[in-house]
Amino acid sequence: MAHAATHDHDHHGAPKGFFQRWVMSTNHKDIGTLYLIFSLTMFFIGGAFAMVIRAELFKPGMQLVQPYFFNEMTTMHALVMIFGAIMPSFVGLANWMIPLMVGAPDMALPRMNNLSFWIMPFAFILLLSTLFMPGGGPAGGWTMYPPLSLQGESIAYTIFAVHLMGISSIMGAINIIATILNMRAPGMDLLKMPVFVWSWLITAFLLIAVMPVLAGAVTMLLTDKYFHTNFFNAAGGGDPVLFQHIFWFFGHPEVYIMILPAFGIISEIIPTFARKPIFGYRAMVFAIASIAFLSFIVWAHHMFAVGLPMGAEIFFMYATMLIAVPTGVKVFNWVSTMWGGSMTFETPMLFSIAFVILFTIGGFSGLMLALAPADFQYHDTYFVVAHFHYVLVTGAAFSIMAAAYYWLPKWSGNMYSETWGKIHFWSSVISVNVLFFPQHFLGLAGMPRRIPDYNVAFANFNMISSIGGFWFGASQLIFLGVVIHCVFFSKKKAADRSWEGAKGLEWTVPSPAPFHTFDVPPVIHDDELAHGNTEH
Amino acid sequence: MTSGGIGRSVSAWAALAFALFGGTAWANPEPNQLNMTKGAAEWSPYAMHMVALWVCVVIGIVVFGAMFIAMFRFRKSRGAVAEKWSHSTKLEVVWTVLPVIILIFLAHLATGGLTSFADTTKSEMTIKVTGFQWKWRYDYVDYKGKSVDQVGFMSKLEETSDRTRQLKSNLDPDKIKVDGYNTYLLDVDKPLVVPVGTKIRFVIVGGDVIHSWWVPALGWKMDAIPGIVNSAWTNIKEPGVYRGQCAELCGQDHGFMPIVVKAVPKAEFEQWLATQEDEAKIQKAAQTAQTVPAQAPQG
Ligand code: HEM
Ligand SMILES: [Cu+2]
Ligand SMILES: [Cu+2]
Repeated sequence: MAHAATHDHDHHGAPKGFFQRWVMSTNHKDIGTLYLIFSLTMFFIGGAFAMVIRAELFKPGMQLVQPYFFNEMTTMHALVMIFGAIMPSFVGLANWMIPLMVGAPDMALPRMNNLSFWIMPFAFILLLSTLFMPGGGPAGGWTMYPPLSLQGESIAYTIFAVHLMGISSIMGAINIIATILNMRAPGMDLLKMPVFVWSWLITAFLLIAVMPVLAGAVTMLLTDKYFHTNFFNAAGGGDPVLFQHIFWFFGHPEVYIMILPAFGIISEIIPTFARKPIFGYRAMVFAIASIAFLSFIVWAHHMFAVGLPMGAEIFFMYATMLIAVPTGVKVFNWVSTMWGGSMTFETPMLFSIAFVILFTIGGFSGLMLALAPADFQYHDTYFVVAHFHYVLVTGAAFSIMAAAYYWLPKWSGNMYSETWGKIHFWSSVISVNVLFFPQHFLGLAGMPRRIPDYNVAFANFNMISSIGGFWFGASQLIFLGVVIHCVFFSKKKAADRSWEGAKGLEWTVPSPAPFHTFDVPPVIHDDELAHGNTEH
Repeated sequence: MTSGGIGRSVSAWAALAFALFGGTAWANPEPNQLNMTKGAAEWSPYAMHMVALWVCVVIGIVVFGAMFIAMFRFRKSRGAVAEKWSHSTKLEVVWTVLPVIILIFLAHLATGGLTSFADTTKSEMTIKVTGFQWKWRYDYVDYKGKSVDQVGFMSKLEETSDRTRQLKSNLDPDKIKVDGYNTYLLDVDKPLVVPVGTKIRFVIVGGDVIHSWWVPALGWKMDAIPGIVNSAWTNIKEPGVYRGQCAELCGQDHGFMPIVVKAVPKAEFEQWLATQEDEAKIQKAAQTAQTVPAQAPQG
């Protein structure tokens, strides 16, 4: 099949000028790279905020920052990590890999692709600039609950930044849907697509469904603050809880936007290194779709303590518990994929295995949180903080790192240093547990979240957690080093099929993937695809 | 090591194991506490929490156990050859249905917990809780069917904690103790006094932004929202001092608005309430006395 992969000779290559190539880019690979560099940058900025938080929480007493600044840090950390690090990196992976995986020459809407990337830096400059303003940055939490968030002076900046991010996400999602539905090479049936492509197709629909809802919610905040409306102002007949309903109608699908592509990535990597097809391909796709559907009817599990009527609590509790079923199916299927395989443990596989175990731990705490009466205790404590960091850091972020190690050879044409990759892995996986596992104990013992100081009873686990935090933060510098070394200095060339057990169209093009691929649609042989045989 | 030393270390370990698996009746956070408190009130989610925790632990052992076996047995370096199968309807049905059954069992327990929590009827006393930035207000509304006259007060972070928690105060949080128990950030100037063995209904509202009233030993938290009146109940079994904190981000001093509930025997409570009512009357009389002379010439 490789013969059909590239026809670079009858096509222009990458533009020579820096500005031409990167700022004006319409090439899915370059835009993918831009997204990935941007999100890595944001990962370090958001990480720096987390270091401030953990440093202040290192021991009881206020040593470093004022409480208000501490709140700015928790708010900004979350906004930067969610909208700046996790989401754009998945979009970057989609840009790079979806056309390569479905045999398309580029994304369906290349100019819009450029726009949707270049909005992001402006959105984040707007958001981050608030930290240098007299009134300070947003400090009401990433959830922006009124009336508190309306007390902040920078709320307008935050809102416009959120609008820009939303526009960018929606354009990205439209592009991904258009590419997947229209640009597949002949023979790439929907049910032969890689699970990663499926996961992004479904995620893109979630994005289009909920980003406008968020935009609506924050616009109502804006008019409440500056135009005397009373959507959320009780004194004017409004309802503060209404905001929470709207926010979480966006917010819960949002958390799945950050994990479904991760499911896709893990479903690519585990079969490769187990050298065995994924177990239950159709069940995997169906599980993603049903999780996506259920994610729309569980939002009030974030609001069990706002005083909902009992009927509502029961409904949202049952619906939330139901999500555990398709999530369980995915975990069982990954384990079954490994069972009977012939496994090797390169860095991408190590991150994927850690993902399965640690994400499942996050799922367990999720199940416990779903039980409304128990959530009356857990809610807004460090137990919740532990839950969402297990699903987001050892879930979403680990999957992104796994993906980076997995596809770096294809992107750069070089192999990364396996030794340093493994050092990065072990350092990260140990430190992340030192960082987050004790937070379960803190929450159960009664430590609320979003507080800058605490009783002496919480001192030991906070200190352990902070040490884990600094260690985890430092470990990510290894990652940066490995990536830079791989791209610019590695002498070890990557084969086209960089991994022995790798299947799928992306491995049929040269490494590094040339500027243009699949100008002529490839001729697809089913046995070269991971899911060419739709029986499984 | 002396036998006393061994005995001590054994009992220390036993305490740790107990904390891990058995839980204790700790009412307030203890150093190195691992688990949720059993609470001091009639309603407690502790049992459900433990059931859910054990369900997760067992499933975890099975799933992670299978993974580790797979990682050991099916390594290429041990000469494992990949099999070709990728499908098993029987297995897939089993691991869809089995979780559903477990979930139905958990849902049944949780529904019971919710139903009993939602039932605020037959309460013998009502207290109104109002959250402000950054203190709580308590108003006694009625007790044993009689309305309470003008007993209400603000309750805020006690002063030594407040001084110690200032940035770079260089004061030592370890030193703030009441009865040998560290109360840094967990003590107030005026606690809420309630009787034990009494079903108390709380009416909870927000005065400015949203707060959340949470005392772990009572087993729940409830948001204090402007414009919305929430209710919840408790029936404390043991006299004691139960400490908690605001649980909803409410601005810069969110971490510094603790809650202290002092549960006392009924007789003691009634006496306390009577004193408070008298004081309120005296105060009111004093106020009227101040205003009456001013009006006197007209009369
Ligand atoms: C088995 C699946 C899951 C269940 C049953 C579940 C359940 C819950 C519940 C009930 C809460 C509310 C806790 C509280 O505030 O009291 C919560 C919070 C949260 N969950 Fe999950 N969850 C699951 C998976 C996930 C995943 C996959 C993600 C993201 C990748 C996620 C991210 C979050 C986040 C970010 C929050 C906290 C939001 C906030 O208050 O700031 N969860 N989860
Ligand atoms: Cu949710
Ligand atoms: Cu608060």
